[in-house]
Amino acid sequence: MTDDLRKGRIVIVGASLAGLRAAETLREEGFTGSLTVVGDEAYPPYDRPPLSKQVLLGQTAPDATGLPIRRDPDAEWRLGVRATGLDPMGKRVLLSDGDPLPFDRLLIATGTRARPWPNPEEAALEGVFTLRTCDDAGGLAARLAAGPRRVLVIGGGFTGSEIASACRERGLEVTVAERGPGPLVGALGGTLSKLAAAMHRGHGVDLRCGVTVTALHGDGGGRFIGADLSDGSRVEADVCVVALGAVRNVEWLADAGLAAGPRGVACDAGCRAFNMYGIVTDDVFVAGDVSRFPHPLFEYQMLSLEHWGNAVAQAEVAAHNMVSPGPLRRPHLAVPMFWSSQFGLNIKSVGVPSFSDQVVIAQGSLEARRLAMVYGYRGRVTAAVTVNMAKSLEYYQHLIETAAPFPPAPGAADRPMAAEIPVPSDVPDPKGLSHGPTVALTGYLPDRRLTVVQH
Amino acid sequence: MTEDTLLERITDYANRPDPYPLYAELREAGPVVRQADGSYLVGTYHEIAALLHDPRISADPRSRPASAGDLYEEGAQPPFLRLDDPEHHRLRTLAMRPFGPPHSPGRVDAMRGQIADITRELLQGFRDREQIDIVDDFAYPLPVTVICRLLGVPREDEPLFREWSDVLVAGADVKPGEDTTERNQATQQARAEMGRYLLDLAERRRTHPSDDLLSAFVNEPDPALRLTREELAQTAVLLLIAGHETTVNLITNGVLTLLRQPDQLDRLRREPGLLPSAVEELLRYEPPVHMRERIPLADIGLAGTTLPTGSTVVLALASGNRDPKRFHDPDRFEPARPDNQHLGFGSGIHLCYGGPLARIEAQTALGALIPLLGTAALVQDPPPLPAERHAPRPPPPPPRRDQ
Amino acid sequence: MQIVVDLTLCQGYAQCVFLAPEVFRLHGEEALLYTPTVPDDQLERVRQAAAACPVQAILVGEEVSAGDR
Repeated sequence: MTDDLRKGRIVIVGASLAGLRAAETLREEGFTGSLTVVGDEAYPPYDRPPLSKQVLLGQTAPDATGLPIRRDPDAEWRLGVRATGLDPMGKRVLLSDGDPLPFDRLLIATGTRARPWPNPEEAALEGVFTLRTCDDAGGLAARLAAGPRRVLVIGGGFTGSEIASACRERGLEVTVAERGPGPLVGALGGTLSKLAAAMHRGHGVDLRCGVTVTALHGDGGGRFIGADLSDGSRVEADVCVVALGAVRNVEWLADAGLAAGPRGVACDAGCRAFNMYGIVTDDVFVAGDVSRFPHPLFEYQMLSLEHWGNAVAQAEVAAHNMVSPGPLRRPHLAVPMFWSSQFGLNIKSVGVPSFSDQVVIAQGSLEARRLAMVYGYRGRVTAAVTVNMAKSLEYYQHLIETAAPFPPAPGAADRPMAAEIPVPSDVPDPKGLSHGPTVALTGYLPDRRLTVVQH
Repeated sequence: MTEDTLLERITDYANRPDPYPLYAELREAGPVVRQADGSYLVGTYHEIAALLHDPRISADPRSRPASAGDLYEEGAQPPFLRLDDPEHHRLRTLAMRPFGPPHSPGRVDAMRGQIADITRELLQGFRDREQIDIVDDFAYPLPVTVICRLLGVPREDEPLFREWSDVLVAGADVKPGEDTTERNQATQQARAEMGRYLLDLAERRRTHPSDDLLSAFVNEPDPALRLTREELAQTAVLLLIAGHETTVNLITNGVLTLLRQPDQLDRLRREPGLLPSAVEELLRYEPPVHMRERIPLADIGLAGTTLPTGSTVVLALASGNRDPKRFHDPDRFEPARPDNQHLGFGSGIHLCYGGPLARIEAQTALGALIPLLGTAALVQDPPPLPAERHAPRPPPPPPRRDQ
Repeated sequence: MQIVVDLTLCQGYAQCVFLAPEVFRLHGEEALLYTPTVPDDQLERVRQAAAACPVQAILVGEEVSAGDR
């Protein structure tokens, strides 16, 4: 049995971080069969976080963020090739070019893409960007280097905020338009959103909250020149970055019979995909941003994470399970973690901040721009966010993993008075925000409401 | 013998050459072992790491109920090594400004050439000798010369501050159950004298600045970023002592470890690229600092034991480094060891301030010495302890008033 | 050679910045930025930085090469 699993044909669809780490892990785990990795971008696996930071700052070329390999995955790389469908009966992946690719086991790691501006004509204006790929980053970085008069960023999530930060660091005027009450509010809640807003404004960002962008305008030559806002004002700018969050790349699975939808492909704790009836498959696995999986620390709700660390950890578990017999399979139980650096602050999060009803500042202070904020839900610790205090994070991670009581025990040397007063966490409904949250609780299985047809 | 005298036995001079069997006994006895004197000894990796990241654990000796004759004078503030946030963070950040990132990222890297030159000179000095004293001839003079240049202390004053330094290092030694009143008084006095000496030097840098840390501290133009006189004295004393004492140990332990394991010595001779990870392995296998003392600010539950507020908790870093629950085959010196998250420089907010400098010094020193160690052997194994090595030294000359 | 730092693990100890300041830098007090493509003359320093990282977050390696496509 084990020997059989180490042979055969494995196909990985998705050639970014999760796909690469899965391929390496398969070989580390002794897989000797044929391995094919399909990726729709023409580049070998590269790292995306630097695109909104070093690349926009002009410190790193957009094509220079290639991911180092841990070991040679000895794979056939089909790059620049899109998967267009999955034939679950024939066990084949359909490709945009050439013959279908047969597999014995499949890993779906197609990730996400940037949510486009809803009006295609406006989105096509020259000077309107999204930021997800290195091509996007290259185009945007070149425009920023050319010194535009003003940059309009639509959406105050992590990506939008990092772009605004990079623009200010380059000395560019920038306007951020966010539908919600403040930047980062969907991911971090009300209190830290106020800090984020203060950072934006303190660094000279023209931050407009509670507004939507109603139209993008071009000149006669099709070049972006400005936008209308819902409050009746107009922003004149020559670059616009649409940072409205991500869309999961699941369209190619439309006819595959899997539990795949806008919130991702549902899988079990062992990364095995569910089919549309909520029955687990045995040969189709999922990892990375495209997946949604149940997590015991968060009431077994299905989580969708757009996190670097999750892509790595889940890919490793998926790969292990693809070549291991049932009793040796492992669950993916990693606590969600992410980071963002913007306006000179290092923001790190562990747990799920939106899974909360209250928060306290457990260490440091908002004034010092250095703090640890702890999130609780129904009296237990569910998340923590540090600002320039990353060395404290693993302490709070331990509290989350052990379901410690909220608010956390007193005694920290730098614990402020505020630690005694939990306040509402103020995490709004994502529907009211421009930016999509990078963590989403997506409810329970089954994923879709089925109609019972009686014969 | 029982578990509650472990700390006493570990710190007994008779056991210092090889405390590792006692550390194994400690880990065997449990993650937290209460000692007869009321202190708690922690010897397992994960528990030590958890405490080093716990915001409720204090490094400040003043967090303990007052005891007779403490290490620091009443009312005096300890250096940042023994302070808690936010004060620790403020002072460490100020001390870091001229030394490391974000404000001076290239300072230590730029010292590589000097360190290599000093190393070469020292090697030249004993290349024709039959027998050398690794401490006196090599491992001590290298870091002392480096820290003197970095800080801005005349190298000729070494006999002077060595005396103070020896008193301070002995004062920081963990010796349970011993009456430390006299020792602590000597420590306080040495610290005060050394502080005055360094303040005096710094004062002269105000009018004659040069490219050293004392000049940078004393000439900081922004009053908000300037150390007070007391802070400057405490910080400078800390850097001068920590800047050479621990590095001496690291280099010496390196030579000792390699001479005891000729196969690994040979391997490093053939694969010099392993040197950076070999130094990390050395920091795990024979760390320069074996223990750290901490005080809980609240009752802390750890592995089924409560560490009471105000109690003394001794973290046996060197034991954590040999914990088989964290490191595969922990008693083996493996220069290419992967995933080596050792506790050799501590962890958390107090991670060794000068670690990067110590690493470069150790890599340079060992890298230059290894090719010369062909058939070298230890004259005596285990080598004599510092207390046995040095005959009483003559008293130091009076502090120099001019330059 | 390429590097990637697992910034999920990074706690801002900045040991890498000390040892290879042309490749790693702090953005503000704690956030780490780095140059993913390592110049040849910095490789030795980057290897030292990777060995020294207290949380072992730095991976140094080759890219998937074009020849594998």
